[in-house]
Amino acid sequence: MVRTRYAPDRGLQARMGLTMFLLGLVFVAFVVALVFVLMALKQGGGVIIFFAVLLGLGLTFGSLFYSDKVALRASGAQEVTPQEAPQLHGIIDRICALADMPKPRVAIAQSGMPNAFATGRNSKNAVVVVTTGLLSKLDDKELEGVLAHEMSHVAHKDVVVMTIASFVGIIAALLVRFAFYGELFGGGGRGRGGGNNNNGGALPILLIVMAVGVVTYAISFLLIRLLSRYRELAADRAGALLTGQPSALASALQKVSGAMSAIPTRDLREAQALNAFYFAPALKADTVSLSTVFSTHPSLERRLKQLSEISAQLGR
Amino acid sequence: MGFLDTLLGRTKPVQPNLDALFSLPTAAVTIQAAMGFTPTGTGSVSFRPAEGQAFQEIEGEVRELLAMGDDAAPVEVTGDSYGFTWLVSRHRSGEMESLVTDLHAVNISLAEGGFGPQLLCTLVGFTDPSGRKLGIVYLYKRGTFYPFAPQGGERRDNALELEARGAIGADLKIEADLSRWFPVWGAPGL
Repeated sequence: MVRTRYAPDRGLQARMGLTMFLLGLVFVAFVVALVFVLMALKQGGGVIIFFAVLLGLGLTFGSLFYSDKVALRASGAQEVTPQEAPQLHGIIDRICALADMPKPRVAIAQSGMPNAFATGRNSKNAVVVVTTGLLSKLDDKELEGVLAHEMSHVAHKDVVVMTIASFVGIIAALLVRFAFYGELFGGGGRGRGGGNNNNGGALPILLIVMAVGVVTYAISFLLIRLLSRYRELAADRAGALLTGQPSALASALQKVSGAMSAIPTRDLREAQALNAFYFAPALKADTVSLSTVFSTHPSLERRLKQLSEISAQLGR
Repeated sequence: MGFLDTLLGRTKPVQPNLDALFSLPTAAVTIQAAMGFTPTGTGSVSFRPAEGQAFQEIEGEVRELLAMGDDAAPVEVTGDSYGFTWLVSRHRSGEMESLVTDLHAVNISLAEGGFGPQLLCTLVGFTDPSGRKLGIVYLYKRGTFYPFAPQGGERRDNALELEARGAIGADLKIEADLSRWFPVWGAPGL
């Protein structure tokens, strides 16, 4: 019987499943809290929530459908043809053939910062972007490891998963903002509502809605970051197994992360927008404890540890 | 990939489809009859070596296996610039069956060792009297074939490839998605 050397990481999958379950729970609790508040106070605020949900849906779908274009624009990447970048296309061709995936579009961004990202809501619309810094810094084997990692993001539909996961947070954030503005203009609203019997009730309800929004946003933010780190580990794993060369990816990670923390070449504001999609985060938080909870990527040590485990597993 | 796979961010390594290779000899006859291309007798298997001792052992076994047979066709091992290994088996032009058997032996050894997902493609070379080259590439993960006709430089003869598709379409399962006909420039055995 054919045996497999590619055992899945059940622990990682369980943690990821639990994180998503908790995100769902936060969403349900959020909805229940809002409904409860509205029912209990029986007055305005529904409009705010309606618009927050509407705008949140719009933003979510917008980022799903335009993620590739926005990311290409923001990073200033140019799509390249096989004639322009034969080696890069060749590596991606082979990864696609190994993984039985349709070929994504390939783009190169002019940037000294060595990095790569993949975007697009499905494998048809996927774009894999590498920076010129990455191309010059890594050898072909390491580049292949990085590209396999990015292709795994595409295969795992990480853009879709993360966008949907962010939905709760987006609505909560919008709600807080709307409630805040509602508070500002609350005076006028109350003047008009003066004819009704629950005069003066507008202030507390907006405060409560705001509080619910803040709590939801905070919790979902942490959960989304946790999920993002798990997805990175999963992509590392799938990419390493795909090429059969976990050590090449580890070496690439080390090179890229080392260079990243040493010389920041990009403007801070420029790099921030794309951080979540990057192969390695371009920005480093100052404190260790905070960066582990808030960061979109697992620590270098954690990633290297997993890769060396895979290496041992393949060699057995 | 299923919904749960997406949710949990996992990909199962794709196992190769090995049996379709045996339809190659029939296709070779068709190509000869319809297009005037004869097999060069050379075929190669390309795979991505995995790191570690286990893979090296299996790779060694495969080389021995191919070197042993009765006719003891010489086996060449070459690497390419992408880090893939090519095992090249050379036979005489008419020995398509034994060539395919050799190639299949490589597949079986790798797959039984648990490294089936490392297989990339297999290539069988054809040529015509005017010196044009045509490769039939088998994609293990798709279980499909496609023609590849390199010209000088990094250009490919698309007209010839499409002609070949028409000729062998009945014998082989041809890759329907043209974007997956990826070029294998400088592949050994062509």
